[in-house]
Amino acid sequence: MTLRPRDMSGHPPAIAPAYRSSRLRGPTQAPIAIPATPTETTGPVFGHGVLGPLDGDLIRNFAAPGQMAIGQRTIVHGRVTDEAGRAVPNTLVEVWQANAGGRYRHAKEGYLAPLDPNFGGCGRVMTDDQGRYRFETVKPGAYPWPNGGNDWRPAHIHFSVFGSGFGQRLITQMYFEGDPLVARCPIAQSIPAGGAERLVAPLDWEETVPMDARAYRFDIILRGPLATPFEATP
Amino acid sequence: MTQRESPSQTAGPYVHIGLMPNHAGLPGLYDGDLGAGPIMAEGQPVTLRGRILDGEGASVTDAVLEVWQADGTGTPGIWARRSTDGPDGDWVLDTVRPGPMRFDGGWMAPHIALWIVARGINLGLQTRIYFPEDDHSADAVLAQVPPGRRRTLMAVPDADGYRFDIHLQGPDETVFLNI
Ligand SMILES: [Fe+2]
Repeated sequence: MTLRPRDMSGHPPAIAPAYRSSRLRGPTQAPIAIPATPTETTGPVFGHGVLGPLDGDLIRNFAAPGQMAIGQRTIVHGRVTDEAGRAVPNTLVEVWQANAGGRYRHAKEGYLAPLDPNFGGCGRVMTDDQGRYRFETVKPGAYPWPNGGNDWRPAHIHFSVFGSGFGQRLITQMYFEGDPLVARCPIAQSIPAGGAERLVAPLDWEETVPMDARAYRFDIILRGPLATPFEATP
Repeated sequence: MTQRESPSQTAGPYVHIGLMPNHAGLPGLYDGDLGAGPIMAEGQPVTLRGRILDGEGASVTDAVLEVWQADGTGTPGIWARRSTDGPDGDWVLDTVRPGPMRFDGGWMAPHIALWIVARGINLGLQTRIYFPEDDHSADAVLAQVPPGRRRTLMAVPDADGYRFDIHLQGPDETVFLNI
């Protein structure tokens, strides 16, 4: 498959001044368009064998035996497809997040909220042959961050997705339906034309498990092939 | 059916938790960090190192970079993941020198693809490392790069291999690619 050129208008600009860190780290020159070569249309392949039994269970994968992370029990699921609407099967999805109080388990993180001894904040899953994925976690807390003002990140989960070629590589963030902080977040709002809405996962009542966990649905779209007259059915 | 790619968001300062938890101090979650193991591939061993510099020349010490390249026979298949959180922000890659690769009826010069994410980087940055002593005259990708900027994609020989410093801004700003 050869990739169609990336539509940069759907992504945040390299320098989004309201997001302070981008001012010195965003390239000032536009990226140079190149054809997708075998280096971009191939990429690493991970078998389901890389996964451990608890990799998709952030409630328990860092917890002491018999213990669980503190927080609102949450199921996150969705489908990874490409721009042509085709499933992206057997691809690795890595996620990381703050704990229920908004604190990351990271050496450089110093927020007042305490660590949860039973929560690591890291997980990974593979999509199935239909591109579907699912993991369980606790809902991350919002947290304040240094950006020059009174800045709070909305509750979010970081996602890293591979796809089938290195040119499809994508990192993004998932937000939660109804969070008023999304509209106030310079990172989310760096996406042009209200595009942050595309990263807001709706509450999924169908998949919500009574007396157990609320579900949110987050679909991810990766870059796709150049359009062909006859599109394979997904 | 066509749909638009999901918007990118920065990997943020805590990307190591998700992509290299053992390195980030979360042992026991995974057997090892993906892409951290030694590279076993056909080809001549080579060591690459470099750092990522911001618009004020400061070393970016919280980035993660990924490598995708061919082995010595020109077959893509080598993937690695590195952080820049060492004392001086250097990343180091012990790999093999890639071979030339066929593309579109011609040959691409040997190259290593890089993908860089960090706090302050809103969309993962794609670039390539080439080797100065190779013949680049027929390379379809370098042909798209203005001649005056091609040097930003050339590794620089040093004592034990090559250096490749990435300049995010400034007069030596590295060429990034929109594939
Ligand atoms: Fe975050």
